[in-house]
Amino acid sequence: MAEQIITSFLAAVLIENFVLVRFLGICPFVGVSKRLETAVGMGGAVIFVMALASAITWLIQRFVLTAFQVEYLQTIAFILVIASLVQFVELIIKKVSRGLYDSLGVYLPLITTNCAILGACIINIQKGFDFINAVLYGTFAGMGFTLAIVLFAGIRERLELFSDVPANMKGFPISLVAASLVSLAFFGFQGLIK
Amino acid sequence: MNEIIIATVILSALGLFFGVGLSIASKIFAVTEDERVAKIRALLPGANCGACGYPGCDGLAVALVEGKARVLDCPVGGETAGDAIAEVLGLAVEKGEKMVARVLCKGDCDVSRDKFSYDGLQDCVAAAQIFGGSKSCRFGCLGYGNCQRACPFGAIDMIKGLAVVDEARCKSCGLCVAACPKALIEMAPMTGRHFVFCKSKDKGAATKKACDVGCIGCTRCFKTCKYGAIRMEGPLAIIDPCVCTNCGECVPVCPTHSIVRILAPGETAPTAVPVGEEATPASAEQSPS
Repeated sequence: MAEQIITSFLAAVLIENFVLVRFLGICPFVGVSKRLETAVGMGGAVIFVMALASAITWLIQRFVLTAFQVEYLQTIAFILVIASLVQFVELIIKKVSRGLYDSLGVYLPLITTNCAILGACIINIQKGFDFINAVLYGTFAGMGFTLAIVLFAGIRERLELFSDVPANMKGFPISLVAASLVSLAFFGFQGLIK
Repeated sequence: MNEIIIATVILSALGLFFGVGLSIASKIFAVTEDERVAKIRALLPGANCGACGYPGCDGLAVALVEGKARVLDCPVGGETAGDAIAEVLGLAVEKGEKMVARVLCKGDCDVSRDKFSYDGLQDCVAAAQIFGGSKSCRFGCLGYGNCQRACPFGAIDMIKGLAVVDEARCKSCGLCVAACPKALIEMAPMTGRHFVFCKSKDKGAATKKACDVGCIGCTRCFKTCKYGAIRMEGPLAIIDPCVCTNCGECVPVCPTHSIVRILAPGETAPTAVPVGEEATPASAEQSPS
């Protein structure tokens, strides 16, 4: 069991990193990675939403969609779940941490349309995980997202402060180049586990 | 047919479930938006001029509640709003002096000359780009009213091609200071009543040639002032309104009548010396000597 969890962790965080290998959730990855602090917050929100969404979508798939043999409704049902969930998380964050709420700004509602979340839920079902594994996978996938965005935010902060970037490459162009390099680095984890 | 009904029912049920869940959650997690924010927001003028440095009055209200801003940070509301805000926040007011914008030029079209005739865009910045403007004095007010347009409170009037601030309407937001391409407008405490209404850094002869009421740097006021409120910056005298005691002794010694006492509201012009008055500054300066 422990071995399985570790394998699942490595797979979700490093080998099949949602952002850098699967290329899901690029929008918040580029949008919220300007400052380390915000990136950590965004990562936390995504971990939370992904774990919850994995759990709830698994339950819905099992007890609603499969039970009534309407699996073809998967996409729309999952989107509904994720949208409601994000609203819910937004309410909580606004209540608990106003600073985080302000700094996440428009990107929190953007988790609604974050394909990484929907991707995690659908992969859960496709891989035929049981409930616990699905939740774990969702959490790990969120961690992978957080790792990627935090790493990238660090790189971008450094780029901004210490690098002599040519004027025509300043801002987004150099960020995209940096993102592709980080992504290449993550492809080095391929073959880490068989 | 049956499938359609099942799909519809299932999705509707899910939607209803999450909808109800969310509405309950929004009650439970209703953010008790600090009621002081709304109260303070109501006390602020609502001009959203941005002079406080925050994005609009809402931004300032939030910053005030969070303790990041000071109660007098709203230059428009001034002390009236400051007192009320402090009461809401339970703070003592830090008293600040009301600042007023002063246009330090008196060269209206009667006393200054044109170098050439300008037909371009009626805008100070545009005009200033062509040989520094058509006015004979390259430091003077161009009179196309950028400050007037910048003022959200209608406190600036253009009188005979010269910007004049109505200090009763001036809310000291400072937007006109930024709007003037000649940097003629300065914020000064309301208590300072005497100014050298000239910013010409030209030598005395050149200033004299360009404008009848320019400061020619004769230093007479500088020597007259007992309080050290006047300093010379090259051929230009500058009165520090914070040091000035408004004794008025520099006014009669100025040969070009650059120094003028700004009359406080309700004050009448002293009859002994012909100095400018507030409503139409410079008109008095026209009296032939």
